[in-house]
Amino acid sequence: MEKTLFDKVWDSHVVTTIKNGPQVLYIDKHLIHEVTSPQAFQELENRNIPLFRPKQIVATADHNTPTIDQHLPVKDELSRKQLEQLSINCKKNNIELYGLGHQYNGIVHVIAPELGITQPGMTMVCGDSHTSTHGAFGTIAFGIGTSQVAQVMASQSVITEKPKTMRIIVNGKLPKMVQPKDVILYIIAKLGTNSGTGYFIEYAGEVFENMSMEGRMTVCNMSIEMGARGGMIAPDASTYEYIKGRKFAPKEQEFDKRVAYWESLKTDTNAIFDLEFTFDATDIAPMITYGTNPGMGIKIGETIPTTENESFEKSLRYMGFEKGESLINQSINYVFIGSCTNSRIEDFRVVAEYIKGKKKALNVNALIVPGSQLVASQIKEEGLESIFEEAGFKLRQPGCSACLAMNDDKIPEGEYCVSTSNRNFEGRQGQGSRTILASPLVAASVAIEGKIIDISTTF
Amino acid sequence: MKQFKKIISTAIPLPIENIDTDQIIPARFLKATDKKGFGENLFRDWRFHKDGSINSEFVLNNDSFSGQILIAGTNFGCGSSREHAAWSIGDYGFKVVISSFFADIFKGNALNNGILPVQVSEEFLQILLNTVKENPQSKIEVDLENQKISLEETKTSETFEINPYKKLCLINGYDDIDYLISIKDTIETFEKNRITI
Ligand code: SF4
Repeated sequence: MEKTLFDKVWDSHVVTTIKNGPQVLYIDKHLIHEVTSPQAFQELENRNIPLFRPKQIVATADHNTPTIDQHLPVKDELSRKQLEQLSINCKKNNIELYGLGHQYNGIVHVIAPELGITQPGMTMVCGDSHTSTHGAFGTIAFGIGTSQVAQVMASQSVITEKPKTMRIIVNGKLPKMVQPKDVILYIIAKLGTNSGTGYFIEYAGEVFENMSMEGRMTVCNMSIEMGARGGMIAPDASTYEYIKGRKFAPKEQEFDKRVAYWESLKTDTNAIFDLEFTFDATDIAPMITYGTNPGMGIKIGETIPTTENESFEKSLRYMGFEKGESLINQSINYVFIGSCTNSRIEDFRVVAEYIKGKKKALNVNALIVPGSQLVASQIKEEGLESIFEEAGFKLRQPGCSACLAMNDDKIPEGEYCVSTSNRNFEGRQGQGSRTILASPLVAASVAIEGKIIDISTTF
Repeated sequence: MKQFKKIISTAIPLPIENIDTDQIIPARFLKATDKKGFGENLFRDWRFHKDGSINSEFVLNNDSFSGQILIAGTNFGCGSSREHAAWSIGDYGFKVVISSFFADIFKGNALNNGILPVQVSEEFLQILLNTVKENPQSKIEVDLENQKISLEETKTSETFEINPYKKLCLINGYDDIDYLISIKDTIETFEKNRITI
């Protein structure tokens, strides 16, 4: 039978199928962080269950961590305790931890790919919904809850039903100024926030074939915003090129052997998906969101829809926007460029290229937060740091930061923030904050202008 | 895990769509290292104003409504995978959440904590919401064994789906770890026999 990429990877990891029930799926790599792991360690300790394969777990500290003075003790007591607990748990259980200050520290979904931990054909999980990011490598990667974190620690497996398959094809050439973030915001706006529930998505077609690995990660990252467990893209030459030479990548002959296997993972020509959508790249434009879920997005020059629905209206009230309104010229005081969606070197190169020689608007507070220590070093090496500084942007140390505002990087109540992160939920960036999701390029333009402009027509 | 067979209770209506787990429990309350006390901060920013005063317009602050069942709009529990959302719902005292659609991860998290997510049709959801809003004393019966949800008052009912394995777990109070540990040999054999990776 002809199989999809997803089927091939999934089927090769099924340990057993429970009668009338879900399947037991073997997990190659388990990523953990400070927020969703402590209760899992505690559960196993209470039940006297040892960790099964600690060598297949990698830990990082990212959600809670400050983005300034990382060499000093963490000021917030609860955060500090949670971070300490992670160190204790990792030490006790022989788990590799890239904690605060470590040269490999960073956001979990940024560090695993850049260290070559993420590889095609694997299964990966993490107590974090944006684990879908790793699907960019042709990996089955999905977020799990803390009970499942404990299960994976105990057995290197999860009990789960096999999702259905969906393929989203985008063919054609993307217009100028359109970035991978716009592609995924466009898809979510078209299909809706629960369109992917119960599915695993494969992104296919010219647009994704021509996309960089960073771009593919941005796209797969936001699969969860459609409700999908994850999204994947077939591995190809770009994938192998990205992995080659990275710290945990297979070496020499072993690498070539793997490539031969990875090549075999592509979806067979006549494989059938449960659901399929096709979009035309030329219809995509720079996007922004106007509401409180990522599906509430429009092309930057369009007006807010006039939908009649209580929840829709509640959302607009929260945002302080009106139906039928355009967001062009909307004044913005905060810009956040970071998060596991857009904090890789490519994102910062785009921003630097745009702002080079310009200055941010006086009203704007522009925050740049790299996804990892490695990205931070590269920013320095490539000379981007001085471009950011000269433009008046604040360059911080790596972490999740204002994406979820668990540290001090919060947007004040009532303020708008144009953010390259993935969620515009109420209060996501701080109590009462109003988030507008956009690409790094749109975010950079807003920082310079102090308001939303239509970059697709301006340049 | 606690067993779950059947409950009969009044319910609290929350007819908002796409309630994400950031609303159920905001990120700033995720700093604990144990599972206790999350109920206090359930729907925190809807229950309280920023200055800490009570938002009397929010349904959880309305004394007419109480019960172990929460009825919410479609696509409940979307967003972050934080299991803290399920812990806070359970800790607050809910045993059942009813909606016309649940986000995947939330559904799994709820089941792993002995909370039953009951997916009903959009029409039945509206009937439930309207009935409860009109008469907060209306009782709802959720019968897991027969996979049936009924309104005592009007005798209207609907059946609901649940994975047979998960149903068994809930009825017996088993959890997935017990099962996974029982098949450790199978997992080890799988590891030995695999060719790739
Ligand atoms: S950057 Fe944001 S979305 Fe990504 S892992 Fe951190 S908190 Fe989650």
